[in-house]
Amino acid sequence: MTNCPECDEPVAAEDRFCEGCGRNLLVRTTPVGGPDGTAAALCSCGSAEIDEDGFCEQCGRAQPVGRDRMEFVLPTVAGISDRGRRRARNEDSMAFGHVHGRGVAAIVCDGVASSERADEASQAAVDAANTVLVDALVEGTDPERATVLAVAAANRAAGALARAEAPDVAPSCTYVSAMRTDDGAVVGWVGDSRAYWLADVGNATPSRRLTKDDTWAAQLVADGVLTEAEAVNDRRSHVLSRWLGGDSGQVSPHVVTLRPEETGLVLLCSDGLWNYLPEVEDLDAARTRGTTPVELARELTEHALAAGGHDNITVVVIEVGVGRGR
Amino acid sequence: MAAEFAVEVFQNEYLTDGAREVDAIVTVAASGIPAGGVAAEDVAQVLVVDCSGSMRYPPTKLAAAKHATTTAIDALRDGVSFAVVEGTESARMIYPTHRGLAVASPRTKIEAKRVVRDLVADGGTAMGRWLALADQVLARHQGPLKHAILLTDGQNQHETPAQLSRTLASIGGRFTCDCRGVGTDWQVGELRKIAEAMLGTVDIVADPLGLAEDFRAMTATAMGKAVGGVSLRLWTPEGASVRFLKQVSPTVLDLTGRRAEAGPRTGDYPTGAWGEESRDYHLCVRVRPAGVGDRMLAGRVSLVAPGGGVLGQGRVLAVWTADEELSTRINREVAHYTGQAELAEVIQDGLEARKAGDVETATAKLGRAVALAASSGNTGTAELLAKVVEVDDPVTGTVRLRPQVADADEMTLDTRSTVTKRVGKGG
Ligand SMILES: [Zn+2]
Ligand SMILES: [Zn+2]
Repeated sequence: MTNCPECDEPVAAEDRFCEGCGRNLLVRTTPVGGPDGTAAALCSCGSAEIDEDGFCEQCGRAQPVGRDRMEFVLPTVAGISDRGRRRARNEDSMAFGHVHGRGVAAIVCDGVASSERADEASQAAVDAANTVLVDALVEGTDPERATVLAVAAANRAAGALARAEAPDVAPSCTYVSAMRTDDGAVVGWVGDSRAYWLADVGNATPSRRLTKDDTWAAQLVADGVLTEAEAVNDRRSHVLSRWLGGDSGQVSPHVVTLRPEETGLVLLCSDGLWNYLPEVEDLDAARTRGTTPVELARELTEHALAAGGHDNITVVVIEVGVGRGR
Repeated sequence: MAAEFAVEVFQNEYLTDGAREVDAIVTVAASGIPAGGVAAEDVAQVLVVDCSGSMRYPPTKLAAAKHATTTAIDALRDGVSFAVVEGTESARMIYPTHRGLAVASPRTKIEAKRVVRDLVADGGTAMGRWLALADQVLARHQGPLKHAILLTDGQNQHETPAQLSRTLASIGGRFTCDCRGVGTDWQVGELRKIAEAMLGTVDIVADPLGLAEDFRAMTATAMGKAVGGVSLRLWTPEGASVRFLKQVSPTVLDLTGRRAEAGPRTGDYPTGAWGEESRDYHLCVRVRPAGVGDRMLAGRVSLVAPGGGVLGQGRVLAVWTADEELSTRINREVAHYTGQAELAEVIQDGLEARKAGDVETATAKLGRAVALAASSGNTGTAELLAKVVEVDDPVTGTVRLRPQVADADEMTLDTRSTVTKRVGKGG
């Protein structure tokens, strides 16, 4: 027995709708257009007094507004998207959904800075993909197939924003998604946003990176032109070879399926995080064990901010392999 | 319609990493003042006339002072509260005869003018006592607008500077006082000190014949005010300090030391009475630096009515950036008024050095003043400077001190050194 998150009326696990307010209890997702900016209860200085323009009455610090800092929590999945310290806007977006008894879907898209309205592109893409993946969870569609369909929908949504007269700056973004079911997790991606498997300590399925970047540098490494070490310093390391948007054509994602033997976490992130923690060992070293998804997302976001926050930072954490009925 | 205060902030909010000083020009424009000012019963005016012995010579001086005072009385709207105070080594009520105010009417104006015409000049000078009496009289007034005009021709000989300072400290902000020096035997520094403390103007009336028109204009201005006792309330964040807060237009007036604490991280600075007018303030706040990418509210400026109602508000921001192109930009308004404040300072320093016989310093300071006046287009000040120095090159500020300078010219330059040119506008 739990309570309705909307009106606090007691609801049974099998109830699909709340008797009190009619809320759909089976499917819960981030709002279309993105979560509202976190109205953090406290400023980082500890003051609770925030003026109507979003400035702290004690230290004067501007509180994040709108897309500058989004935080959202659902059962077994949570995410944060932060503007970072150097960029004027947050062009990353995240969306996720939890379907009671079925699983979780989550998407992170990173707007391509050289394109116009990249924030709108990434938001349209995550919302479109989230609809497809959540429907697939409800309907029990094959996750790999759902992932391909979600990328197609995200690509159409971002592409629809393009202006015919400005094709070379068509709004575009990267894409990474995860769909967790009782059978494991399916990850799909286009571009250089990443997914990692973070295992619990002593896990027989050790932590590893699940994605390979769609960048020219990664391509050159794969082709044997560059070594990994050379690629890190190469100016092409961030130049995407594939993306979503009006100028991308038909795109199909890379898809990998993870079937962990024990519990762990799937982490989705934009390069605003992984620039500072590129290897899975770095992530494992930076994180505190035993935290909730939102605590881990906050911890890693803070890490990237403290390291300079040069880019937008988005972190979504999904609990995996924790059994049925979550 | 009630008065409205529009607050506009001009600044470059971008700071380089680690920087902590935030400069901004805050423009406050009051509007919506009813034509002719507020209701007559809201206004009280005290005329303080120097009747020291020196007013007798030349005889035109006292006559002009009397004429000016009666002109000011004539200019009072019926219903306005008023009084006339005679100043010598003490202060005496001459109209009304009790320590209070009369209400202007055709009858009281005739009575007051008759008493003024009978004034004789005989006695010393103690301006602090004159102001203290004006304060007592104005304290009886319930309305919001309290104004005094102080006319003198001499130096404050019958009290010490410390006594005057004490009086000013206790009455400062309770009413506005415009000061006028007639002739050239008074001291600019003394009247400026009074005018600054009382948030009024100071000027020279070298020719006594000009007094009447000046008094009429001051009285009209005083009656055109709509809101009195307005404070500029400044909130700054924790860990910040106010380096300075200066009025920089229409004149330079440093308010930094006039702060009265008004709550956590908040202080009030007096601005006096407002009519339909616009003033500029230069605010410099030192904040705790934050990280690159952080935005901070470095100051919140509110205009506050005596009852505490907020009449207008503006924000001063700080944004730390790694982009040098942004952080090195100098805001045009800040640069302009920094120059105007320096202009006032170098004129006063230059005249001081000139009086002390330090030709080198005087030439350097006044030369700098000429250059600043020229580059900022402050033609009014440039013309006054040209009467004191021979200008060889206004761009580089190459000047020579004039050997013969009329006292009136030197005092006019000194008195009006604080008059600034408005940024980007005529005059
Ligand atoms: Zn409910
Ligand atoms: Zn704070």
